[in-house]
Amino acid sequence: MSDIAIKVDNLSKAYRLGVQAQKSKTLVEAVVKGLAAPFRNFRRLQRLNTFSSDRNSDDILWALKDVSFEVRDGDVVGFIGRNGAGKSTLLKILSRITDPTEGRIEIHGRVSSLLEVGTGFHPELTGRENVYMNGTILGMKKAEIDRKFDEIVDFSGVERFLDTPVKRYSSGMKVRLAFAVAAHLEPEVLIVDEVLAVGDAEFQKKCLGKMQDVAGSGRTVLFVSHNMGAVQNLCPRAIALRNGEMVDDGPAGEVVRRYLNSLVQNSADAFSLENPDRRWAGGLRLVSGCVLDKRGNPTESILSGEPIALRFAYECDRELDDLCLKFTVYDQSGIAVTHIRTDLTGFSIRSTGRRGSLTCTLPRNPFAIGGYRVAVSVDSHGKMIDHIPGAIAFTVSDTVFFGTSQVPPRQFCTVYVDHEWSITNDVSTAAPPAKAVSAVA
Amino acid sequence: MNEEVVSRRPQGPVTIVEPHTGWRMIDWKELREYKDLFFFLIWRNIKVRYAQSAIGVGWAVLQPVASMLVFTVIFGRLVGVESDGAPYAVFAFVALVPWTYFANCLTEGTASMVANAQIISKIYFPRLIMPMAVIGARMVDFVIALAILAVLLIAYRIVPTPGVAVLPLLIVIMTMAAAGLGLWLTALAIQFRDINYGMSFGVQLLMYAAPVVYPASLIPDRYLYFYALNPMVGVIEGFRAALLGTRAMPWDLIGIGALMAALLFLSGMLYFRRKEHVFADVA
Repeated sequence: MSDIAIKVDNLSKAYRLGVQAQKSKTLVEAVVKGLAAPFRNFRRLQRLNTFSSDRNSDDILWALKDVSFEVRDGDVVGFIGRNGAGKSTLLKILSRITDPTEGRIEIHGRVSSLLEVGTGFHPELTGRENVYMNGTILGMKKAEIDRKFDEIVDFSGVERFLDTPVKRYSSGMKVRLAFAVAAHLEPEVLIVDEVLAVGDAEFQKKCLGKMQDVAGSGRTVLFVSHNMGAVQNLCPRAIALRNGEMVDDGPAGEVVRRYLNSLVQNSADAFSLENPDRRWAGGLRLVSGCVLDKRGNPTESILSGEPIALRFAYECDRELDDLCLKFTVYDQSGIAVTHIRTDLTGFSIRSTGRRGSLTCTLPRNPFAIGGYRVAVSVDSHGKMIDHIPGAIAFTVSDTVFFGTSQVPPRQFCTVYVDHEWSITNDVSTAAPPAKAVSAVA
Repeated sequence: MNEEVVSRRPQGPVTIVEPHTGWRMIDWKELREYKDLFFFLIWRNIKVRYAQSAIGVGWAVLQPVASMLVFTVIFGRLVGVESDGAPYAVFAFVALVPWTYFANCLTEGTASMVANAQIISKIYFPRLIMPMAVIGARMVDFVIALAILAVLLIAYRIVPTPGVAVLPLLIVIMTMAAAGLGLWLTALAIQFRDINYGMSFGVQLLMYAAPVVYPASLIPDRYLYFYALNPMVGVIEGFRAALLGTRAMPWDLIGIGALMAALLFLSGMLYFRRKEHVFADVA
């Protein structure tokens, strides 16, 4: 078909790792080695980018291996994967910053890539000058920037400081100005890396909003992020990479869920008896813990406002009674957010079988956007028999708690609270402005 | 099938990304696309160089003038180097104007890629633009130094010969030599940091391989053409012939120099192109 925007064929990229040199055993050897060092270094530096003969030599790392996919015109595709999965390498090759070792890419249309906001910003230059500098580096023409200049400045909200050197800007102002420039690129193909990871929550929202506009305007967008919420919001399609290989490609929701599931299995280490942080006294043993989303699927990334559940599975070698399971949820700074235990609601547990699981359901997940850790322990007759401090990690990626797009600032809240508002207008006192009446609705 | 693409997006360019090995042609069309970036980088280099410095552009004056004073005292007075009949100060300054440009282009150009490694690893643009912008930005200093030279000539009541008509040609040779050697060293410096470390030292030594503090007439005739392989020899002696009239226009030296400069420039661009795709990985 004619509407292929990007075609990637068997793309591979190798990097050469540093290999530790052997230590010399004698002084003579050391001296000889020292004299030969310049030649050895020269060869090593020369070899940094040649991989002709030794494909499988052990100092070569394949950051990407045989990646192939096609992107249609107007598609918005998210790339996910753990650190080192090859996402950034792929974007760097797509943006022509670095060459592939093998394979080929064909891109139709004007490409802009945004691997960082504010590339080329110079602290000595003023805001105005940096807009031009950054804009031209991103591939805009001067005339184009002239035309969009007012819009860019408006969007950034730093017009008062336009003629101040950027080194006197706060980091927030710098990022806003830089993003304003980037937001006014008009490419047919846009490549975006984790640029949304900078700035405060409010700014991230603004970026996401702008990204949504771009994605909705029929342009082709490739987007890398660790923010699963953003990927699901923005991208109908996602591609997952693992160790340089493409492992999944499909509708974003499914790919993200499969990806997160694959991560949960890796957290089994916490429940290993070898875990040094674990305190286990025998009798009953916790074997796994996970967070379930509203459909009952294990996940690490959830929304607040939706029903979630925490499930702990256990094994025991004898019948136990008067058991109490309790868990504490800590936020990213290690502050306890809440503590929940089976006896709070008068729920008493007895274990009769050899294995089982306990599930605690929160009908409306109250945790604010951010990362959390859950510590779990089990008491029997008031005595702790198992304790795992890092049993579960989960991320609240977004919120539907209030049913609006409003989110309270993160620094003021760790949980969301159900509430209702009412208003009374007392007309008998000072005459209110006529407009205020319409607020009652 | 391909035609369909073309018809639907008449202006839509197609980008092909492939592994590159070996020599590549210069993509002039792409360079033209990035013309605005080239001029902004030149302007940024100038502005940043003199930002927050008390005498600002005065540095463009101070550097050659101070060198001239030192050379005049040491080589002109103490050592008594002959100066083909011209006052030694002017004799040295005429050489220092092109030489300072050449030397600064080399040191600054070489450092440009390493200093901007952050940018190179985050965005694509034709890498040639980076060192070329240095060559362009240093032109401002060169013009300022030329103006000082004019003042000096007036002060010494020296009337330039009709040979000044050759100056534009000499300036082209000078620029090509600076760009050519600069590109070679830049491409090497990003792979081997040794180049950076050796640069200021090397440039200092190189000065003695050009007739900056002494006249080319001191070089024995049988080595003269070998000596002229340094393209700055023809340029500097040409400047002297044109402005001071101390000698006839050395067309042989200029010819050899021009050939060398063109060779350096072409090979420098090609070598740079050959290596530019590794910059982001090794920078």
